[in-house]
Amino acid sequence: MTDMSVGRQSAKTKPGAPRPRSQLADFAAQFAESRAAVIGLVVLAVMVLAAIFAPLIAPQDPYDLASLSILDARLPPGTESMNGYVFWLGTDGLGRDLFSAILYGLRISLAVGVMSAVFALIIGTSLGLTGAYFGRRLDAVIMRLVDLQMSFPPILVALILLAVLGRGVEKTMIALIVVQWAYYARTVRATALAERSKEYMDAARCLRLGHIQILTRHLLPNCLPPLMVVLTVQMAHAVTLEATLSFLGVGLPETQPSLGLLIANGFRYLINGTYWISIFPGIALLVVILSINLVGDQLRDMLNPRLNR
Amino acid sequence: MTALVVSRILQGLGVMLAMSLIVFVGVYAIGDPVEILINPDADQATRAEVTRSLGLDRPVWEQYGLFLFNALQGDLGRSFVFNMPAIELILERMPATLELAIAATLLAVLLGIPLGLVAGMKPASRTGRTIMAGSILGFSLPTFWVGLLLILVFSIWLGWLPSFGQGETVDVLGIPVSFLTADGLAHLILPALNLALFKLALLIRLTRAGVKEVMPQDYIRFARAKGLTGRRIIGLHVLKNILIPIVTVIGIEFGSVVAFAVVTESIFNWPGMGKLIIESIYMLDRPVIVAYLMVIVVLFVVINLVVDLLYSALDPRVRLKAMPA
Repeated sequence: MTDMSVGRQSAKTKPGAPRPRSQLADFAAQFAESRAAVIGLVVLAVMVLAAIFAPLIAPQDPYDLASLSILDARLPPGTESMNGYVFWLGTDGLGRDLFSAILYGLRISLAVGVMSAVFALIIGTSLGLTGAYFGRRLDAVIMRLVDLQMSFPPILVALILLAVLGRGVEKTMIALIVVQWAYYARTVRATALAERSKEYMDAARCLRLGHIQILTRHLLPNCLPPLMVVLTVQMAHAVTLEATLSFLGVGLPETQPSLGLLIANGFRYLINGTYWISIFPGIALLVVILSINLVGDQLRDMLNPRLNR
Repeated sequence: MTALVVSRILQGLGVMLAMSLIVFVGVYAIGDPVEILINPDADQATRAEVTRSLGLDRPVWEQYGLFLFNALQGDLGRSFVFNMPAIELILERMPATLELAIAATLLAVLLGIPLGLVAGMKPASRTGRTIMAGSILGFSLPTFWVGLLLILVFSIWLGWLPSFGQGETVDVLGIPVSFLTADGLAHLILPALNLALFKLALLIRLTRAGVKEVMPQDYIRFARAKGLTGRRIIGLHVLKNILIPIVTVIGIEFGSVVAFAVVTESIFNWPGMGKLIIESIYMLDRPVIVAYLMVIVVLFVVINLVVDLLYSALDPRVRLKAMPA
């Protein structure tokens, strides 16, 4: 069936093709109605750029042990180092420049959070979409799995998984994907069920297009908007969850310190008033999560038909 | 109703069986607890002896079979570290966790619903906007970091509240509780507040959304037209109609409060089962990990059942039928 449709495909109009620019501009204008969301987006962009270019921006490579000096340990913010530059955010227990450590931590936190959210999106969407499209048994099995998954809090599932798997970047990502896929599956299924009975789907079926083509080129594009909302929300969740797991000492290993681990390391020094080691990475984490949430909030309001009055 | 309860319990048992299998097999793969438990200098004979006494020398399925057989008799294995029954260890720590979780839920309800009502009635006002901004912050603040901030501000800088442990406890029906002594209560405040924060934000949003949906309805206008006071309209007509989703969420979220207690307990050194599970993970104390999970599954099955029953009691329109398992 699939090979028959391949030749025709180019001649047909594609509902899934990129939308005209005016709609995109509309979308941007509507998004810009919320000043908070725009600020969130800008801050997020700055953070992402800072994370990507961390090696260029950071005054010190926090993992180059040769450049660290134990004499610099636990210096308060604003102290000048011996070779002339200023530790704006102070140093941690090993004499690391905290600003550099935060930039590198941000890089790891964002990478793990974003990548696991995207993987979960791919897996969850594929399962939810196929379930909704084929229905019956397959759908029932997938939705039962979703129910089972969602009846336990993510932190618990991730914790148990990591108790089983041990610490590590890939392992933490696996745990994050396992706890997230169900949200995408459920969202896309709900949308797809509504879309399935629409006329364009009948039309696609009447044209005897292949299942895969209908799923990916016709059904999927129409299910995307709610998925984007879930993606932003879940990215914030993934970053928080990773930080929490790393803070508890079951997530990322010491060799790849994310923001959560930096905070955990600072916790030891908190009791005697050395606040900056924990607090500054925490602020960085908060700013990331807050800006993602602000963007997500606006996206949700825009796509919620009940609020469009 | 009986059919519903029975079917839910059966479903719960199915979930427990599946979880026990997954966890048992998974935990088996972690590593060798013998390595951790005995002196690295011990000879081969001691090693074999310890392995045998822990039952680790038998094949996995036999260990699992034995585990299931024992579990049915309420025996979930002995903790390698504490050398006492795992289930006892967990049940011993459970009251502290439940106390913390209940205190946090109460805080969230008592603060969240009134704030949500205000934000919903006057969404455009300064107060309403401030409350909503606060709730976004509450969603975004990672629980563990808030815990650190609370300790920093209230324990270290201001020195008002203790940040460590459960404080003085009193036995009620043989269970030690903190909230009845002044010292215990002081110890309870920070962790409970920490744990409540996320739920508080959730309840504010939920209540506000409910109020916004109910307010334009005809029966509210009618109540106004009848000349009812604002207080009566809110208390009787608004609250009653938004209560169903709120009760559901409180119920469902109670389980997640118990789960999140893991984080709060670790920070505030609260001697509950969450702290126990983290320690057990570090020590690879397998029986405790498995037993903890079993206890949590039971807890969740019970919570979900109670929520379902409450649901149908609150809303006469919902008469639940036993769902096919």
